[in-house]
Amino acid sequence: MTARPAVLRRGTAILWRACQEEPRIFTWSLLGSLGYGLMIIAQAYVLGYATDHVVVPAINNGHADRSALAIALLLIAGVAAVKVAGIMGRRIAAGIMQYRLQGSYRQRIARRYLDLPMSWHARHPTGALLSNANSDVEALWYPIAPFPFAVGVFAIMLVTLGLLVATDLGLALLGALVFPAVIVTNALYARAMSQRVTRAQALRADVSGIAHESFEGALVVKTLGREDAETERFAARSYVLRDALVGVGRLRGLFDPLLEAIPNVGTLLVLLVGASRVDAGTLVRVAYLFGLLAFPLRAIGWMLAELPRSVVGDDRVQQVLTATGDLPYGDVPAPPGAGPLALQLDCVDFGYDGAAPVLTGITAGIEPGRVVAIVGPTGAGKSTLASLLVRLMDPDTGVIRYGGVDLRAFAPGAVASAAALVAQQTFLFDDTVRGNVTLGAPFDDEQVWDALRGAQADGFVAALPDGLDAMIGERGTTLSGGQRQRLSLARALVRRPRLLILDDATSAVDPAVEQAILAGLLRAAGTQLDTQPTTVLIAHRRATVALADEVLFLDGGRVADRGSHAELQERNPAYAAIVSAYDTEGETAGSELLG
Amino acid sequence: MSAVTVAPVAAATPPPLRSVLRRAVGIAPQFVAGLGGTVVLAIVASGGRVVVPVVVQQVLDRGLDGGHAHLTTIRWLVLVGVIAIVATVAANFVMNARLFRATEGGLAQLRVTAFRHVHDLSVLHQQAERRGSLVSRVTSDVDTISIFMQYGGIALVTSVVQLLLATAVMFYYSWPLALLALAAFAPAVLVGRRMQRRLSTAYGLVRVRVGEMLGAIAESVVGAATIKAYAAQGRTATRIDAAVEATTAAQTRAQTLSVGVFIVAEVSAALANAAVIGGGVALAVTGHLTVGQLVAFLFLVNLFVQPVQAATDALNQAQNAVASFRRVLEVLDTPTDVADPGPAGTPIPAGPPSIRFRQVRYAYPGGPEVLHGIDLEVTPGTNLAVVGETGGGKTTFAKLLTRLMDPTSGAVEIGGVPLTRVPFASLRGRLVVVPQDGFLFDTTIAENVRHGRAGLDAAGVVTAFADLGLGDWLATQPRGVDTPVGERGESLSAGERQLVALVRAYVADPELLVLDEATSAVDPATEQRIARALQRLTRGRTAVTIAHRLSTAEAADEVVVIDHGEVVQRGEHAALVAEGGVYGRLYASWTAQRSG
Repeated sequence: MTARPAVLRRGTAILWRACQEEPRIFTWSLLGSLGYGLMIIAQAYVLGYATDHVVVPAINNGHADRSALAIALLLIAGVAAVKVAGIMGRRIAAGIMQYRLQGSYRQRIARRYLDLPMSWHARHPTGALLSNANSDVEALWYPIAPFPFAVGVFAIMLVTLGLLVATDLGLALLGALVFPAVIVTNALYARAMSQRVTRAQALRADVSGIAHESFEGALVVKTLGREDAETERFAARSYVLRDALVGVGRLRGLFDPLLEAIPNVGTLLVLLVGASRVDAGTLVRVAYLFGLLAFPLRAIGWMLAELPRSVVGDDRVQQVLTATGDLPYGDVPAPPGAGPLALQLDCVDFGYDGAAPVLTGITAGIEPGRVVAIVGPTGAGKSTLASLLVRLMDPDTGVIRYGGVDLRAFAPGAVASAAALVAQQTFLFDDTVRGNVTLGAPFDDEQVWDALRGAQADGFVAALPDGLDAMIGERGTTLSGGQRQRLSLARALVRRPRLLILDDATSAVDPAVEQAILAGLLRAAGTQLDTQPTTVLIAHRRATVALADEVLFLDGGRVADRGSHAELQERNPAYAAIVSAYDTEGETAGSELLG
Repeated sequence: MSAVTVAPVAAATPPPLRSVLRRAVGIAPQFVAGLGGTVVLAIVASGGRVVVPVVVQQVLDRGLDGGHAHLTTIRWLVLVGVIAIVATVAANFVMNARLFRATEGGLAQLRVTAFRHVHDLSVLHQQAERRGSLVSRVTSDVDTISIFMQYGGIALVTSVVQLLLATAVMFYYSWPLALLALAAFAPAVLVGRRMQRRLSTAYGLVRVRVGEMLGAIAESVVGAATIKAYAAQGRTATRIDAAVEATTAAQTRAQTLSVGVFIVAEVSAALANAAVIGGGVALAVTGHLTVGQLVAFLFLVNLFVQPVQAATDALNQAQNAVASFRRVLEVLDTPTDVADPGPAGTPIPAGPPSIRFRQVRYAYPGGPEVLHGIDLEVTPGTNLAVVGETGGGKTTFAKLLTRLMDPTSGAVEIGGVPLTRVPFASLRGRLVVVPQDGFLFDTTIAENVRHGRAGLDAAGVVTAFADLGLGDWLATQPRGVDTPVGERGESLSAGERQLVALVRAYVADPELLVLDEATSAVDPATEQRIARALQRLTRGRTAVTIAHRLSTAEAADEVVVIDHGEVVQRGEHAALVAEGGVYGRLYASWTAQRSG
């Protein structure tokens, strides 16, 4: 931990930022902490007073001074009342501060996820993004809970030292030794701890990684009888983690009692030093104060111990918050005209961050209402092209136009209002069937059912217990892959898009149903859609490709050929090979066997 | 649809804490290893906390007699006190070390036991969407318990012992005053119990809200493409905001409630202080109490407040830990669907086995019957293709054949032995399944192949590829058999993953092979390689292929057509085409697609 000073400086900056973001609530929590701390001092004084004015005289004189007793009791009540107010301020306000900061950072992170383009998402694994929003934010604001108390305690410590100086220099000297000793020990503790905790955290990630992988490959594990071997692999890492955690525990087990013992030894030394120098009441008061302060002093330690984790959390959170690459928008509200869109690509190049280009020099025009199939081998860039067509990201160079207008000139939402992409990977929200189709847009039930019919999804939706209101997703109905794809298709159809892009969108649907969907979609103008939208189909099956007016053959990120299916088959052997290879896979109905 | 679902946590009334703990100890006896010694140490360790009040009392009563300081006495008393404190620090350290060794040892055992059990649950491979929750049972849930033990658990133990010791010392000094002080805390105990219940509910709600919030945020990542394509950012952001705010509200409420416990403790402490001073003065006047004892009492009252507060914090964390504990136990309590007969069973006889289905029926729990009495006999060494429409029952057929589940009635026999009698060791050694998506582990090609046969050397792996006619493909890999395949094997294409999966099956050298043909698009070169490898792999073995391709059915010795849960046709490809029926229709649809 040579970077310790940097951690402390950066940690302080994080705490300062927290104060700036929640100044009012921080003020309340600080006031509460100070009030509570001052009352700790006051409590010691009250008990010292009681000893001097009530207890000792009562024993010496054989009878109690009732008025002094009453004052002592009143003081105890008063101190308790202020302490209660202090606790409320400190704990409630500090808690609210921590929760609010966590919540607000989670909202900010999620907004970045929503705004950043798909090219950014493609670079970041899902698991990492989720943990940015979850555990990293939590780590970032963890020190906030003890923070106000720690600041309060620090102030109180100074006040106490001042009081000790006023009382007796010898005792003050003792305080000047004991208080810093607690803090320094705490700092050493935090430093040793952060290394071990970081290692334990890394090991936790390892263990979790093995569990993820092993469960994901459960079928292979089971059918090859590898359960015991896998358990051994998991156990080996779990035991390393166990040993690391025992190490963390031993450290905690050493420092915890040590930190408790220092003020206790301090109290005893107060007796030793003070006995010959001050009266009994003062002695009791100072000894009691040392005992009372032992606990709050540790708040400083807790906060310091959490700072390294907080700094690491902040690093990871900032990577999201400061990520660049947002798509610029213009102010054109919608593509010109009505009806099917003209689509134009000029010299479009695209690559995912420095890696080899995925698409090079794509130039193609698609006239309104045409149905174009994109065919190509795996990795040819078909899905990337689909993402570019609806502006999930921008090309590195070149221009894509709807009706002659550069996509970058459109206002936010304008592209989505005209074009719909049904992606290869279906995604359904944790929502009702209706919510999944409308996504909150004002479509009535009639329109939703129309769209479901077009996607051949009306049958199974009608059979669901709650129909359109049936919940989909983790806590709702489990749908098959084909059903999920048909719902996503309905989501596109209900919008009556002027440009429809189907990226292998019916791969898990029975071939017969698929043909019915596509035939209805592409050729039965007037039934599902009033006019045929400009349609781009990414397809494999020959029967599907045959439905298109023409075919764009994509190979190695370039348009290798373009023409009707028959023409390409005739003149382009690579194309013919691809199409006939796909052909042999008659049924693609996504049998869920073993998978 | 799965045979087993893991019950949601919040559903029924959770089992009482005591039975949860008893179960935990049953699974992992490490939890209570050396518990007796640890408890003794805990008592000694907590003794350190009463050293100060006792020394203060002694100093006041003996060292400061009548206002004169007896410095020698005080020095001795302080010295003894310091030694006692050092001794308790040592005891504390040893106690903590023992406690951590026991709890972490127990948790590691619990983790590993649960992990092993999960692999026996069919829900794992049948319901992909539940996989994440199973992973969290052996990771974050166990972590939560561990973190609790590190932070709160120790505090809970020492707090309780400290309370007991402080009480004992109080009674030693003066029982009437001790009773008075305890009486001051009595209301706190009563109110505290009620509060604890409300707190438990409040923290339960926090857990639910946090889960919902993480789910909402996950949508913005997993569904990013869809959200952007449909400009649904605003709607998604609104949903996330609502979930975040609901979480903050639940957390604030729980935090506010928890403060109640602190307030009660503080008020009780003030009451106790007042009672000790008031009652103490009365006792002191009558000569029943010394100044030192009275002051020691005030110190001891303080020792009462701290553990109450610390224990409150710890108990709040404990709610989470106990909920996690229950979730882990739930997994362990989920019965496995298929039982291993173990060594008492009958192994499959040597050589390529026969397959026999006798009146096999199957219904998914709570669902309609999907197989209606399948009768089928396959002679050893046959290469069989199973075809049929999706939903017709092929999938279920294969699951029963590989004993991923057991029939509702009837029996599946391999080599004449009912599958339920075959020890897993024999079954998994003789029967190998090649799933659709050739899942690979994030390691090298060679390591993945070794999953089929442990300890196979690099040369053996190379030979295996050559045996299946895949030497040319292996040569294209940058580091040969040491080429890493990436997460889930995703550095390779879907077809290449299949190739490795086939070699993995080959080295396992099974006598019965069950193949689920991949449906994903594969480029022509790989396609040819797969066909070549499959041909060599199935040679001399009984092989059952769930076929999605016409070419596979054509090449098979025999074809079985499963439709609506029954075997409707059986025979060679050519004969079936001539026969027509379901196969005839499938054939027509295949050829129609082929010709476009």
